[in-house]
Amino acid sequence: MGVLVSNDSRLLVQGITGRDGSFHTHLMREYGTNIVAGVTPGKGGMVIEDVPVFNTVVDAVEKTGANVSVSFVPARFATSAIFEAVDAGIELIVAITEGIPVKDMISVMRFIKDKGARLIGPNCPGIITPGECKVGILPTTVFKKGRVGVVSRSGTLTYEIVSYITEAGFGESTAVGIGGDPVIGTRFVDMLELFKDDDETEAVVLIGEIGGSDEEVAARYIEETDYPLPVFSFVAGRTAPKDKRMGHAGAIISGGSGTASEKIKALEDAGVLVAKLPSDIGKFLKEELGEK
Amino acid sequence: MKIHEYQAKQIFKKAGILVPEGDVATNIEKAISTSEEIGLPVVIKAQVHVGGRGKAGGVKIAKTPEEVKKFAGEILGMDIKGLTVKKILVGKAIDIQRELYLGVITDRSTNRPVIMVSTEGGVDIEEVAKKTPEKIHRFTVDPAYGLLVHHAMNLAFKLSSDVKEVREIASTLQKLYKTYLDSDASLAEINPYVLSADSNFYAIDAKIVLDDNALFRHPDYEEMRDLTLEEKIEHEAKEKGLSYISMEGNIGCVVNGAGLAMTTMDVIKHFGGKPANFLDVGGSSDPQKVKNALHFLLMDEGVRAIWFNIFGGITRCDDIASGLLEAVGEMEIELPLVVRLTGTNEEEGKRILSESSLDIHFVRNMEEGAKAAIRLSEGGG
Repeated sequence: MGVLVSNDSRLLVQGITGRDGSFHTHLMREYGTNIVAGVTPGKGGMVIEDVPVFNTVVDAVEKTGANVSVSFVPARFATSAIFEAVDAGIELIVAITEGIPVKDMISVMRFIKDKGARLIGPNCPGIITPGECKVGILPTTVFKKGRVGVVSRSGTLTYEIVSYITEAGFGESTAVGIGGDPVIGTRFVDMLELFKDDDETEAVVLIGEIGGSDEEVAARYIEETDYPLPVFSFVAGRTAPKDKRMGHAGAIISGGSGTASEKIKALEDAGVLVAKLPSDIGKFLKEELGEK
Repeated sequence: MKIHEYQAKQIFKKAGILVPEGDVATNIEKAISTSEEIGLPVVIKAQVHVGGRGKAGGVKIAKTPEEVKKFAGEILGMDIKGLTVKKILVGKAIDIQRELYLGVITDRSTNRPVIMVSTEGGVDIEEVAKKTPEKIHRFTVDPAYGLLVHHAMNLAFKLSSDVKEVREIASTLQKLYKTYLDSDASLAEINPYVLSADSNFYAIDAKIVLDDNALFRHPDYEEMRDLTLEEKIEHEAKEKGLSYISMEGNIGCVVNGAGLAMTTMDVIKHFGGKPANFLDVGGSSDPQKVKNALHFLLMDEGVRAIWFNIFGGITRCDDIASGLLEAVGEMEIELPLVVRLTGTNEEEGKRILSESSLDIHFVRNMEEGAKAAIRLSEGGG
């Protein structure tokens, strides 16, 4: 059982007929994810990768009981796809799409708050519960079922660090890429809360980067709640210049705030071991949790 | 996207916010004719995308036609923090009674817009936030309802007790919020917002930062784009699907993914080397992208070694290898090449490269890669 998705998840793919949507539908199914429906307006009645396609999310939910959605819908239509999924009663939406205007995301988050749904992303690689299911685009080969919860603002850097977790003999309970945008649905603190209550997670690896203050907020939460699990961290962008957007829309040091050093200090002050090199994460786990 | 003060003022003016009369000039003649139209004294301000213009001597008050000529001449062409001033704003000088601060910003921690106001206008608001945070008043807007009249009034009463002034400030706050929304800004700021000696409120300085993701909705803003040479290269790279930022060092990096690309720079520095750039080729595996990436990387003549740090997921290692092979063939690259390929189709990628005649230094992981790249960039074998 993962913290967000598991064998019980009934997945709907929004934008299933697109290039990325159909490609990843194939890969997700190959991994064992239970995909029950796809949605592309105007393409209802089609079958893609053995998955029935519907015109609307409401239809798909009614006919298939889908309860989780992953969206590959292009940026200009992406927010309306999220609104539609939330309105149809989907509890968890994973938005892979990059490039959504921030103002649109502000409206989405307001709506989600009213409806009580959860959003992961946008601009994220998704979620994997190794050995059970994957919702998104993460490469499955580096993951192994285990007891380390992983939460990250990045994509490939997550795979890099996970490879050290796996190599060190630990696997992952659930790994989540929360996305590189300024306005996102789920933040470090939300994931720390979920991992805390998960019986199968015994340590958390938090992968941060420059920009915003999520790492600082997480540090404060860890300190104030006397967080029961050991937390290890890596923060990317120690050498990033100021006022430059480092690939991700949210990765920018503006007005001197959002630097890696501030984040590392806050995390260390909260008792988190912060790695200087990605490979340190594997060493930390061995030292603190014992050889596996 | 950053825009200039004069451009932000044009946007504010359209929204009904009072700005001092004035115009932008790129030469002394235009500065003089503008000052004649609006009347002396005028303020001449350098239009560059950097803070601290005043301290650098880029803002001057001219009281006579001679001074207009003198100051315009001095400021045009001036270097401010590495940027050459090509445009100046010539605006009517306002007799200042009081300076306030008004701003709207997207607050990442709440996912909502926040209005900030302060009586400490005309100074760096981040300094105020550090030294006297109690002097900044904030209000988080519920985006479902927007900034309601009483919200704006509550904030305005923190800045003045004169109800006429309060109404004027509140009205400006609502216009500012609307501008923030309508222009898809991540920041809209008036600092200072000035009460003049003749009791009018003016936006003396204006700052708007636009959300790059929303620019497709505002084709009219495209002409406001004013880039330095460095930014032009970054912009050109972005149009080809690459995130490229030039740095001072000598190790050219080609990486897939922003987080990994930042970490690549960090690891190089950690081991004592100097990255020449940040370069994220993104999640696709189009060989053309690899060629484009090398094109940008080689524009930098300081590069002494090239390091491909690829962790394949969506990106397929064999596509990266083919792209690299094609590019080296076409571009006659003679620099040492360090290649780390891990993940999707790793074996195939390595096979493609080792069967070629290229002299490639294969490394198994990131740390080995950094060390090899550093050694080679320093002329080692």
